[in-house]
Amino acid sequence: MTDEPLLRVSALSKFYGSRVGCENVTFDLWPGEVLAVVGESGSGKTTLLNCLSTRLLPSSGTASYRMRDGQRRELYRMSEAERRFLMRTDWGFVHQNPADGLRMTVSAGANVGERLMAVGDRHYGRIRATAVDWLSRVEIDDDRIDDEPRAFSGGMRQRLQIARNLVTGPRLVFMDEPTGGLDVSVQARLLDLLRGLVTDLGLAAIVVTHDLAVARLLSQRMMVMKDGRVVESGLTDRVLDDPRAPYTQLLVSSILQV
Amino acid sequence: MNAQSTDIATYNFAYLDEQTKRMIRRAILKGIAIPGYQVPFASREMPMPYGWGTGGVQVTASIIGPDDVLKVIDQGADDTTNAVSIRAFFKKVAKVDVTTETARATIIQTRHRIPEQPLTASQVLVFQVPIPEPLRFLEPRETETRKMHALEEYGLMHVKLYEDIAKHGRIATTYAYPVKVEGRYVMDPSPTPKFDNPKMHRSPALQLFGAGREKRIYAVPPFTDVVSLDFEDHPFEVQTFDQPCALCGAENVYLDEVILDDHGGHMFVCSDTDHCEKRQADGQHGHLAPETHSASGKMEPVE
Amino acid sequence: MATPLVVSDVAKSFTMHLRDGVTLPVVKGVSFSIRAGECAVLGGPSGAGKSSILKMLYGNYAVDEGQIIVQHGGGLIDLASASPRTVLSVRRHTIGYVSQFLRTVPRVSALDVVAEPLVERGEDRETARAKARALLAQLNLPEKLWALPPATFSGGEQQRVNIARGFITEHPILLLDEPTASLDARNRDVVVELIDAKKTAGVALLGIFHDLDVRDAVADRVIDVTAFAAGKIAA
Repeated sequence: MTDEPLLRVSALSKFYGSRVGCENVTFDLWPGEVLAVVGESGSGKTTLLNCLSTRLLPSSGTASYRMRDGQRRELYRMSEAERRFLMRTDWGFVHQNPADGLRMTVSAGANVGERLMAVGDRHYGRIRATAVDWLSRVEIDDDRIDDEPRAFSGGMRQRLQIARNLVTGPRLVFMDEPTGGLDVSVQARLLDLLRGLVTDLGLAAIVVTHDLAVARLLSQRMMVMKDGRVVESGLTDRVLDDPRAPYTQLLVSSILQV
Repeated sequence: MNAQSTDIATYNFAYLDEQTKRMIRRAILKGIAIPGYQVPFASREMPMPYGWGTGGVQVTASIIGPDDVLKVIDQGADDTTNAVSIRAFFKKVAKVDVTTETARATIIQTRHRIPEQPLTASQVLVFQVPIPEPLRFLEPRETETRKMHALEEYGLMHVKLYEDIAKHGRIATTYAYPVKVEGRYVMDPSPTPKFDNPKMHRSPALQLFGAGREKRIYAVPPFTDVVSLDFEDHPFEVQTFDQPCALCGAENVYLDEVILDDHGGHMFVCSDTDHCEKRQADGQHGHLAPETHSASGKMEPVE
Repeated sequence: MATPLVVSDVAKSFTMHLRDGVTLPVVKGVSFSIRAGECAVLGGPSGAGKSSILKMLYGNYAVDEGQIIVQHGGGLIDLASASPRTVLSVRRHTIGYVSQFLRTVPRVSALDVVAEPLVERGEDRETARAKARALLAQLNLPEKLWALPPATFSGGEQQRVNIARGFITEHPILLLDEPTASLDARNRDVVVELIDAKKTAGVALLGIFHDLDVRDAVADRVIDVTAFAAGKIAA
């Protein structure tokens, strides 16, 4: 374990006019750590995720990121070019709807290879070999490499999106409801895959989900959000097994038992 | 105002009003200053439909002077409708001399070819461009493509070439083949065959591109690097033809296929008609050249 | 003898916000310590707070008051006030836990469930699997089950996977929450052997055993939890 957090977020707020998106969010994320952000729709978790991934600029607050060279950089002071570079090299973003994160009209192989080409790989054979490797890691048969994701099932699309994000070996991945909209059996497979990848690659991740089971399975730590504020945070199993905040107790008690 | 009293059919020189020409010249100058960068301009309605070269015509109209000699080609040919009518247009509105001879022209407006005869520093090549944005087919958002140009994010361009190789085993893009200009901007060379791409590289002639409907002008100044994108293991290659021109016997030129009859008869002839006629006039003959061919340069390929 | 775990004056209650903020006290004044090589057992009737104490020691329940001092990474830390990151580190390196029930993960084989804690501590996967095989064999789990995810196993089979997972590492402190509840006599004996081996290795063990035979076989000392009763008994 390193002593320096990968991401350090301090008093982050985002307002939409007079309405609160998220308010005064502070936390540190260490390398290899998975943080779940849970809450119901409108709780501000997606706004927070978008601010952290610099897809949105916050109204106030700071976030600093430890770059690969060990330098800490303020995310909101970086130029757009630097942020976008970070976004396609050291970061990943897994959207709930794979169509938002994939190019639906180019082949699976090109979807995976795009980031490599974006960082300057100009060797077709090498790009393709990497794509084959990544497709197999997300359990997509290599004979599907030239198929467009339009021809893929929802679960396959999501796995492809994950491969597309991980191909450059990012250290931080943002996930917005990565299993939302999938059948439970497909969900289970995806979760297991994500869990394995996160452990094997030592990824840090921030996972936004409304599904507490997903949070328990994937994350070590969680934050519970309500009305834009963090109402409780801590070890995932502590928050779920001994919820303290009234809202967390409500959330936990609302889980359907199978 | 006064002009009307002398002649009913008087146009302002080269059709466009002076303010418009000024605006377009500014765009051209900016384009030359930033090679390969698409400069937006206030494209005017022209007396021809979009797709017929309104962009190229506006650029030509803005740079042409009374002493210029204009050549217009369409797919290499001087004698097709588009070329003939644009030539007639400038003859009428600018009263300039027109020609079909590449060497004699000072301005060559082209739709989708670069003449075979090497151009000189005293010539300007004006391209008619339908869709100027090379990233368009992969990224539909203009805001995003402009950002990608600004930040030099061109990975997507290689995605297109990757797709070609994945589908066809080689880069199958044969026209509008993307190039990088002066090591910075990726540019669509307009739907010229990629055969012509090497001619753009370090060309002594100024190359201007006008897209009327899309309202963009861009430029490649003389002696500018124009490099076709490729992969290390799939390098850029131009088309090759396994036979010479059927009429003039030229090799290493771009050929068009011409259907001769309803029984599968066909021949390959130079797409650059001026080049072909010149060679024939010089006594060069292909295997299908008419025996009675005269030195006039007139071509009668189909009996 | 070293004392890797000292609990002093710990109190715990639950505030039920969904029931008008009713507070259910669980325990208070919990104080004891465990020495290395010793197996202490929490005693007392159901609902006395034995499980809650164990969960506090693992960081799974928050602590209202008091300190839980653990020897960790060459120093002492207070688990009751430690950051989540510290708690995770303690779990990885210092305190192991065998829960009553196995929380299964879809699609992960029993073998890998058992090997996982070692892999997390940096052991290479094959070495970890070899140790896992040995433990599962010792616990008489049929070999044909090893490659299957334990979700569909019987209670006893799941429990043995759980025990193997808990015992595979060399944590200096091991917490046992009724590890023998659904085991037959033969496997109970195996667990007793495993606990004895841990004691010999100098591990400090704290457990809850409802099975009196097992308890008598392993316990060096019984800590009576009723002494820490906080009035009303937790549900």
